[in-house]
Amino acid sequence: MTVYRTNILVCGGTGCVSSASLDVYNKFKKLITSAGYDKEVKIIKTGCFGFCEQGPIVKIEPDNVFYVKVNKKDAEEIVNEHIIKGRIVKRLLYKEPNSKRIIEKHQNMPFYKKQFRIALRNCGLINPEDIYEYIAVGGYEALGRVITKMNRDEIVDIIKKSGLRGRGGGGFPTGIKWEITKNNHSDKKYIICNADEGDPGAFMDRSILEGDPHNVLEAMAIGGYTIGADKGLIYIRAEYPLAIERLDIAIKQARELGLLGNNILGTDFNFDIEIKLGAGAFVCGEETALINSAEGKRGEPNYKPPYPAQEGLWGKPTCVNNVETFANIPAIILNGYEWFSSIGTEKSKGTKVFALAGKINNVGLVEVPMGTTFREIIYDIGGGIQGNRKFKAVQTGGPSGGVITEENLDTPIDYDSLSSIGSMMGSGGMIVMDDTTCMVDVAKFYLEFTQDESCGRCTPCRIGTKRMFEILTKITDGKGTKEDLKNLEQLSYMIKDGSLCGLGQTAPNPVLSTMKFFKDEYLQHVVNKVCPTGRCKGLAKYKIDPEKCVGCTACAKVCPVECISGKLKETHVIDQNRCIKCGACFEACRFNAVIKPK
Amino acid sequence: MALKNINITINGKNLTVPEGITILEASNRAGVKIPTLCHLDLHDLKMVNKTASCRVCIVEAKGRNTLVPACVTKVYDGMDIRTNSIRAIRARRIAVELLLSNHPNECFTCPKNMDCELQALAAELGIREIKWEGEKIDLPIDTSSFAIVKNPNKCIMCRRCETMCNEVQTCGILSAISRGFSSFVGPAFNISMAESSCTYCGQCVAVCPTAALTEVNNTDQVWDAINDPDKYVIVQTAPAIRVAIGELFGMEAGTIVTGKLVTALRMMGFDKVFDTDFSADLTIMEEASELINRLENNGRLPMLTSCCPAWVKFIEHQFPELLDVPSTCKSPHIMFGTIAKTYYAEKNNIDPDKIVVVSVMPCLAKKAEAKRPELTKDDANNVDIVITTRELGSMLKEAGINFNTLPDSEFDNPLGESTGASVIFGTTGGVIEAAIRTAYEWMTGKELEHVEFTQLRGMEGIREGTVKINDIDLNIGIAHGLGNARKLLEDIRDGKSKYHAIEIMACPGGCIGGGGQPYHHGNIEIIKKRQQAIYNEDKNKAIRKSHENPYIIKLYEEYLGKPLGHKSHDLLHTYYTAKEKI
Repeated sequence: MTVYRTNILVCGGTGCVSSASLDVYNKFKKLITSAGYDKEVKIIKTGCFGFCEQGPIVKIEPDNVFYVKVNKKDAEEIVNEHIIKGRIVKRLLYKEPNSKRIIEKHQNMPFYKKQFRIALRNCGLINPEDIYEYIAVGGYEALGRVITKMNRDEIVDIIKKSGLRGRGGGGFPTGIKWEITKNNHSDKKYIICNADEGDPGAFMDRSILEGDPHNVLEAMAIGGYTIGADKGLIYIRAEYPLAIERLDIAIKQARELGLLGNNILGTDFNFDIEIKLGAGAFVCGEETALINSAEGKRGEPNYKPPYPAQEGLWGKPTCVNNVETFANIPAIILNGYEWFSSIGTEKSKGTKVFALAGKINNVGLVEVPMGTTFREIIYDIGGGIQGNRKFKAVQTGGPSGGVITEENLDTPIDYDSLSSIGSMMGSGGMIVMDDTTCMVDVAKFYLEFTQDESCGRCTPCRIGTKRMFEILTKITDGKGTKEDLKNLEQLSYMIKDGSLCGLGQTAPNPVLSTMKFFKDEYLQHVVNKVCPTGRCKGLAKYKIDPEKCVGCTACAKVCPVECISGKLKETHVIDQNRCIKCGACFEACRFNAVIKPK
Repeated sequence: MALKNINITINGKNLTVPEGITILEASNRAGVKIPTLCHLDLHDLKMVNKTASCRVCIVEAKGRNTLVPACVTKVYDGMDIRTNSIRAIRARRIAVELLLSNHPNECFTCPKNMDCELQALAAELGIREIKWEGEKIDLPIDTSSFAIVKNPNKCIMCRRCETMCNEVQTCGILSAISRGFSSFVGPAFNISMAESSCTYCGQCVAVCPTAALTEVNNTDQVWDAINDPDKYVIVQTAPAIRVAIGELFGMEAGTIVTGKLVTALRMMGFDKVFDTDFSADLTIMEEASELINRLENNGRLPMLTSCCPAWVKFIEHQFPELLDVPSTCKSPHIMFGTIAKTYYAEKNNIDPDKIVVVSVMPCLAKKAEAKRPELTKDDANNVDIVITTRELGSMLKEAGINFNTLPDSEFDNPLGESTGASVIFGTTGGVIEAAIRTAYEWMTGKELEHVEFTQLRGMEGIREGTVKINDIDLNIGIAHGLGNARKLLEDIRDGKSKYHAIEIMACPGGCIGGGGQPYHHGNIEIIKKRQQAIYNEDKNKAIRKSHENPYIIKLYEEYLGKPLGHKSHDLLHTYYTAKEKI
């Protein structure tokens, strides 16, 4: 094995790739080769570093220097200055926006300081397309230990004692799921990796698969061994081409080294993995819908029981775990359940990955111990609200969750605390909103999503969520009534109570939680016909200030719907019922008499 | 195996019930009614719709976070169920209100008016306003086929049709398309029914709770023909009509109303009221001859009956390599059309072009069959209009005919005379039983003492029996329901079939359970009662073997010559065409 003096790690996650990190990578290759350093300097395309806001990210090892927002031209400077002359390129270092401090090493950055990486431990560290790099950091050691030294009950016991719970949202104890599937006898069993990540704005699973695919493959093999499955399936949405490509490479490499296939590591354990592409339906993240889709049927959930552990893929006992859940397994085996269960809160152990998005300074992927508070994530890790605006709310759990407000910012995050404040863990989307966000509009956004993603099977979800969306649209259009609010609430409870699967049962959550915490805002919309943030265009009103209007008729002349009336030299008036809010009158007025809505 | 009994509570009342039953079944035992909509339990046909999609039957179960659907949730020991809590009642009501909010508000003009399960449910729950007004699904109505009208705007996504089409009939035509609010049921890629491989068995129509699937209505054409002075309008009625149409007038299922039916048809103004049973006897003459011919001359075996047009279309699409196994006999009502426009026309000196043959059938596939190109290429060779039992019922009501009080009368002759053998065509196993009655006597030259082959009767999906004729042990197979038919066909394809002759009917129970019959709304007892009535009607007949029908004998003497002869081959036999499977 060649030993290099320097490694240049270039982020190859989807976020950085879309900011042209591959150009940077290629530029480095070209520069290093033409400078004749290709025997001593290695360029590595890694998985996601998490700090997407600052991408493309380049890290120099072993110097531990973290460059941000690197472009092709910068690559030249890094090679000339840092690689050749050993001088750090200061202008490409991270500058903390609040203190304006320049920070060279990532572990000193507030973004990374409070993070603790288990699931993401290898992302940004190794080349995901090289199995030897995974092995070099302890990869496949857990699998080896499990299949040569441990019996299936021992593994179940470790996972149970670790306290690991499903990271897809439900939070079901993983060890128990494995145990139930293990105990169901059958000639054939399956283990499925649920990579149908569908929450708007969430990309935790994608980053893990892009950055550390072998971690998931290894965990699936461990799971397969434990439950007695010889076949694994990764159900992944076709919209994740990079993750699919890297999984494909990883599976081939693992097969070549005998880490997948027959007689793994010389034992009698056979296990192989197949990738199944989904067409990107949100509901296929529900395990029975996923199984239907994997079988080539319509992607819609079934009534449970039977649970997949009893009758899953092709009617056989099947264990379905989320990507992030799997990503914790090898580390638990290697470090022991005591280590894992020492992290987190009483009932939620380990860490959780969140995709931090919205009106926050440090957009990106973060992994924190359970029990970290929202305040820490938003203000310490996330660097606070963009433009120093006022925090309004944060949404967790995506379309199934709810909003968390100022009063709950110090809640330590875990499965149970989130449920108790009306939201849920979900798969890890975390969208931060500031005072320019209209909460009715937010609720409408989520309902538009769920009613579109409903499979259409059961009445409450198929028709009910559509009706909720229609009522919300009516409210944001300024046509809502107090009766609508009552109906919305009643319908919400019925849909939660009466829907067939989790999608419908949680779809009303964004509405119920915004109605609970921002009732006034709803009332403003329906009673005063005002959107306090000005987001709802349907409620926006152009007005003419009678003090300033001189009656020049310019506004009336340009109005395309002729809704402005008034005689020459007299005050003009806009007919609100006919106004289409085009703004032409505002542009035309030379006396600042037309008042534009916020 | 004896089921374990468990204790549960329904609405505060303690009950002991067998483990493994659903809340719905348990509450039925307790005399507690839980309304249902998508649920359909056709246990005897091996079909239970378990989609649990309508959410009308949701009830409270202590310890569960959400309400649970009673139709699929199994009871467990100690389960505490509340079916009538305000929470359950409100949720149920909203579910129905939501369905109504996306349903055309046109009960007055709907073909299922007063026969619609959604309408009945709304009445039962006392719905007085539709609270959730909003967009309604607005899709084109599929009128492409001659048999079935598909109106997706009335679909409530109960998926009964889908279960029937896929699990019972194994045709795989209907399935849910699109998603969310835009979901509806239709053929793959939303092609039209006519473009699909639909057999038009009509079982989807039979189980549809609303008017999302109905028959193509041909009643106006019948009234026009009757009232056209230039037309000589002949009506024929299938065997299964006489044991079912009474239900439309409030009679008990299984009431035999043959005489009233004839009187009613005459009152409507048909020139002649004949019986498809006559041509069923004719079918036996040809089909029994064909079977004997195949047995004696090393022909293709097994021979399959060909009376059921849905079954014929099924084999053309699904097993195009097996088109040499069905008998080449036209179906009885098509044979009737041919004889009416040839023999009968000649004999009575009527211009065949002026004859209009109307078939009253329990079937939707017969509508499409009458339009098959090979059966319509010669104008004097076909059936003109096909109406169902239900359509005839509505015409009688429209004409103000008080069916219940009508006196009996007899069919016209010669095409109205029939035997017991032809009557049993109306139920599964009947055609083959009738054929055996004749084949036995022809092959042995001896009189058949016991004409009832009870071993061939019943409601099991696949039945078999062996009849010794001379030195042949004739193995007979019977299937009703196309999924059962598929099993027998797969055996034939794989060279594993042990049968000499097989009868197949597409509909569960045979024609008595046809897609054009009065709606059974999930009560299979109705079909069983119709079957019993068919057997009773056979018993009451003086002549019970087709070849003894005097008018059939006369038809051969005067016109056709002999079975499988040149003329009968020309007029009474047909061919099949391989069709695409979509």
